[in-house]
Amino acid sequence: MSVVVITKENFDAEVMQADKPVIIDFWAAWCGPCQMMGPVVEELADEIQDVKFGKINVDEQPELAAKFGVMSIPTFIMMKDGKEVKKTMGAMPKSELAAYFGI
Amino acid sequence: MMYDIIIVGAGPAGLSAAIYGVRSGKSVLVLEKSTYGGQIINTPEVENYPGIQKISGYEFATNLYNQAVNLGAEVVYEEVTAIEEQGELKKVVTKDHVYECHSVILATGARNRRLGLDREEELTGAGVSYCATCDGMFFRGKDVAVAGGGNTALEDALFLSNYCKTVYLIHRREEFRGEKKILDALREKENVVFILNANVIRLNGEDRLSSVTVKDKNTGEEKDIPVSGIFVAIGQEPVNQPFEDLVKMDDHGYIISGEECGTSMEGVFTAGDCRTKQVRQLTTAASDGAVAALQACNYISGV
Repeated sequence: MSVVVITKENFDAEVMQADKPVIIDFWAAWCGPCQMMGPVVEELADEIQDVKFGKINVDEQPELAAKFGVMSIPTFIMMKDGKEVKKTMGAMPKSELAAYFGI
Repeated sequence: MMYDIIIVGAGPAGLSAAIYGVRSGKSVLVLEKSTYGGQIINTPEVENYPGIQKISGYEFATNLYNQAVNLGAEVVYEEVTAIEEQGELKKVVTKDHVYECHSVILATGARNRRLGLDREEELTGAGVSYCATCDGMFFRGKDVAVAGGGNTALEDALFLSNYCKTVYLIHRREEFRGEKKILDALREKENVVFILNANVIRLNGEDRLSSVTVKDKNTGEEKDIPVSGIFVAIGQEPVNQPFEDLVKMDDHGYIISGEECGTSMEGVFTAGDCRTKQVRQLTTAASDGAVAALQACNYISGV
């Protein structure tokens, strides 16, 4: 599956009402480590079917970044049944990101 | 698994070494614990690399990575925990595997120096940051602190003063090492408060930073400064602990080496920010990589 672009307009439908866990990648175009992680998240989204992957551009969606208290990017948050269950940040190898979220 | 050369670290030094190694006909494995590129991926614009007028750090790192891999270098994401001598071979141990090789190049780089305070790790990304240009925008309209007295600290303070409410510049001395021009610009800013001769001794807050405690070096007086962020800019430090018993290091943990990129152990070479040197730049990292790889090739031919 591809990575869903999440905005404040589709946040409720795509994240809160999702029927499976959602991992959200908070990123920005000017952030080097985010650019490193973009392809990693896309690969995981292709390989893993029981988790949905979304990305939030913090420049375009400052309200969502603030709502999740994002203070450094890239930040990765896993949401389950509309609740935040796990959070990590920074560039890391794919295996480490997958292991952190247990996927 | 056996290689001619194993390189520890996929930053500019390690990947440059990989290019020179594979082009000399050697089999090369690069082991990296995080992502390729090293510190340069945090730099938005590189404008001082000879022959390239302007490029982002990410793009530079990605070009270098592709160049090394397309030439035949293998890059594997595993953290090296130990290197042992085994006759004329070296054994490189990671959490998951043991690799063997004729020659090792240590290109482990450096990271931003930590304050060394309790809860620093826990509050990183929750108010504690080592990169103002990366994380500064999340503190728009808020009070923040910058710790340090060099150019990076001054530049960070100036950058943050443009959109944070108040910027407290905390420095352990009276005088700044950074450029006078930036310092003068900071003095003109009404929202920059200088706290001199003071050390940050505590980070406070529940889930996220809410204040820092500073101690005046002369009077011993302690004071809490309410801030939602602190940007730490107190220089770099090497991360060479796994190799402490392998090669000689200086008091700061840099691998003792010279222009030839050798170390105290035969067959082990070093390149980039992790070694003792005067100038730590992208260009000197790349140059070290070339030297270390060719020295490693000479060593292998001589064995």
